[in-house]
Amino acid sequence: MLSEVLLIAGKDLRIEFRSRVALNQVAPFALLILILFGFALDADRASLTTFTPGLYWVAILLSSVLAVHRSVAVEAGEGAREGLLLSGLRPASVFLGKTVALIAQILVVAIVLLGGVVIFYEATIDDGVLLVTSLVGAVLGVGAAGTLYGALLGGQRARETILPILLLPVLAPVLIAATRAFGDAMGTVAADGWPWTSLLYAFAALYLALGVLAHGVLMEES
Amino acid sequence: MLLGRFPALAGATLQVEAGEAVLLQGPNGAGKSTLLRLCAGLLRPERGDAFVLGRDLHKDRRSVRNRIGYVGHQSMLYDDLTVEENVRFWGRAAGVERAQQDAAAARMQIEGRLFDVPVGRLSAGQRRRTAIAVAAARRPELWLLDEPHAGLDQSGRDIVDALITDAAAAGGAVLVASHELDRVEPVVHRRVTIAGGTATETPLDVTTAGPDASSAVENARPADITTGGLDASSAVENTDVV
Amino acid sequence: MTSTETAVAQRGPTRSRATTILGGVVLIGVAVWLFLAFVASGPDIRTTAEGNTIGQFDAVRLLYIHVPLVITAYSAFVVTAIGSFMVLVKKSVWWDLVAGASAEIGSLGAALTLLTGSIWGRPIWNTWWEWGDVRILTTLVLFMLSLGYLAVRRLEGTAEVRAKRSAVVGLLLVVNVAIVNKSVEWWADQTLHQNSTIAEGAIADLKAFTLFFSIVLGLAAYSWMMIHRFRLAWLERQYDRFGIDDAIAARRSEADHAQPVTQGESA
Repeated sequence: MLSEVLLIAGKDLRIEFRSRVALNQVAPFALLILILFGFALDADRASLTTFTPGLYWVAILLSSVLAVHRSVAVEAGEGAREGLLLSGLRPASVFLGKTVALIAQILVVAIVLLGGVVIFYEATIDDGVLLVTSLVGAVLGVGAAGTLYGALLGGQRARETILPILLLPVLAPVLIAATRAFGDAMGTVAADGWPWTSLLYAFAALYLALGVLAHGVLMEES
Repeated sequence: MLLGRFPALAGATLQVEAGEAVLLQGPNGAGKSTLLRLCAGLLRPERGDAFVLGRDLHKDRRSVRNRIGYVGHQSMLYDDLTVEENVRFWGRAAGVERAQQDAAAARMQIEGRLFDVPVGRLSAGQRRRTAIAVAAARRPELWLLDEPHAGLDQSGRDIVDALITDAAAAGGAVLVASHELDRVEPVVHRRVTIAGGTATETPLDVTTAGPDASSAVENARPADITTGGLDASSAVENTDVV
Repeated sequence: MTSTETAVAQRGPTRSRATTILGGVVLIGVAVWLFLAFVASGPDIRTTAEGNTIGQFDAVRLLYIHVPLVITAYSAFVVTAIGSFMVLVKKSVWWDLVAGASAEIGSLGAALTLLTGSIWGRPIWNTWWEWGDVRILTTLVLFMLSLGYLAVRRLEGTAEVRAKRSAVVGLLLVVNVAIVNKSVEWWADQTLHQNSTIAEGAIADLKAFTLFFSIVLGLAAYSWMMIHRFRLAWLERQYDRFGIDDAIAARRSEADHAQPVTQGESA
């Protein structure tokens, strides 16, 4: 099982290493969203700093949709989806492998973006441990839910337009919780970030479990 | 008013025995590819009986899939990975040993210089060779070949012909859809015409020297594709393949 | 006439004697409801010990539509969840049609809930929209999720494929609403909504009866729409299935004509 997961994850990461889609397209897109917020808020430093956690996570969620697209497109291109069906790999391994690869890519984007908010928004990090812990929890959840809903849309031609309306409402709790946790870690709200961080991990655990359960049906049926 | 559905096969009865290579011929859109995809367990038969390698396609497509070697129109390869990486990935995914992967690659003559080229930069013929090598590495019990000669050069075609002959001689079953009758007829035992969604036996124009089907290897379990059915997006009725 | 058309003609419309009676009852119910809500029951005016008048005044009448809508909408999604579950367990397409029909009605109910709530909120809470309210936000996300679910239902694929795919999304929808509800509850930690007014006895006799009546009427109207929507979906499915028979027949006759030609055929 583990070797299958690593095989799939390694394959996706190798493809990313070759094509650099996450690094050269998704990460710049996320930074661009930050810059657009800067223009929209009239470069009001005080507001930008106050709203950093929320703006940061909105940027992450929007760019994650692109990363999920890419993860699905890799399989859809030359019919590799069918190859995976024919290979005898367990659907749960395929789900976990693709989730691991997606999480790794979103983490890279998240780290780039963290540099972005420190530079552009003058964000300060008061509690690094909380920040990193909540960041990882949130990205785990986004990766698991993203892979699950991505698999659902599989080779569908309409997936570009449906994925955002399907995935973003599902990620609403992640946005709420991660924004609160970051608010505490960056000192912009007087709230305890740790309960929110545990909510993020609960969400991630739930979606990992759901993905393992449902991926067989979805691989088969889409 | 079928909302995009079309019965590709509507009453095809077909049986392929172990040790036998069968040619599927028929006009474009006759349902050859659909029949192959159905046998590969990639489509769900809508109605009728469908057995492949002794398994009922209505209930158990999963255990059929990793015993067949399917080569379709799409290469099922990753463009961003090299030939070697593709062969290794799909080999490991199917639990095939490295030596077996190398043997298949050598047989399709894609080892060496080509090995480090990303699949996205291959020609159509090289891509097809790689796809066949990936399938061959698994030593399938049933080969399902959809236009295997398309895009191949002369040596590639010869390799595919030899592959078909060897697979049947070793007790496997081969179902090959092709328009290149001259090419394929010498290496198959029977010919079946698919037209209007039905299958009819058509005598071969040339006499084959292949082994008699009845003397085919005893040990092989009948790989029956008994389909009396119809997929909603593409359909089959009464197909029997071993 | 093809077998498809014959079959559909034989099945007739989605109406039956029972639904006609149910529809009639609902129609009469609407008339009674309008009378109760706008004529019989009075405005909500209460006098405090100090002699001040408080209450919702005429805005209370909006509750007679808002409350049944929200109860109907949430009930409809419970039915969708049950239907989705049954699709996965029993592999039955029948339940898929139930889940889909119910989600369409539920989606409409959720939208109207938000609309009527917003109109009611303006005079009572002095705002069209309240970000801090758990129930408003949960219903909003439910509505968004239901749009996603309905979009997934329209994706291509065979009936079985679509049924299973939709069932997974239908079940996830309920899971998601539960998570959203919990997290928003934690986040906003408040609701402007009062507790059940009937339970508190704050609303007197006729108002309580009107509210109760409107809820029953809402569920009856849901049942009526549900039966028709389900039957329509069922007929569509039958039409599809018979359509396959027709197509097979057409395919076979095509084979008869094509037979002599196929011999010398080439790519």
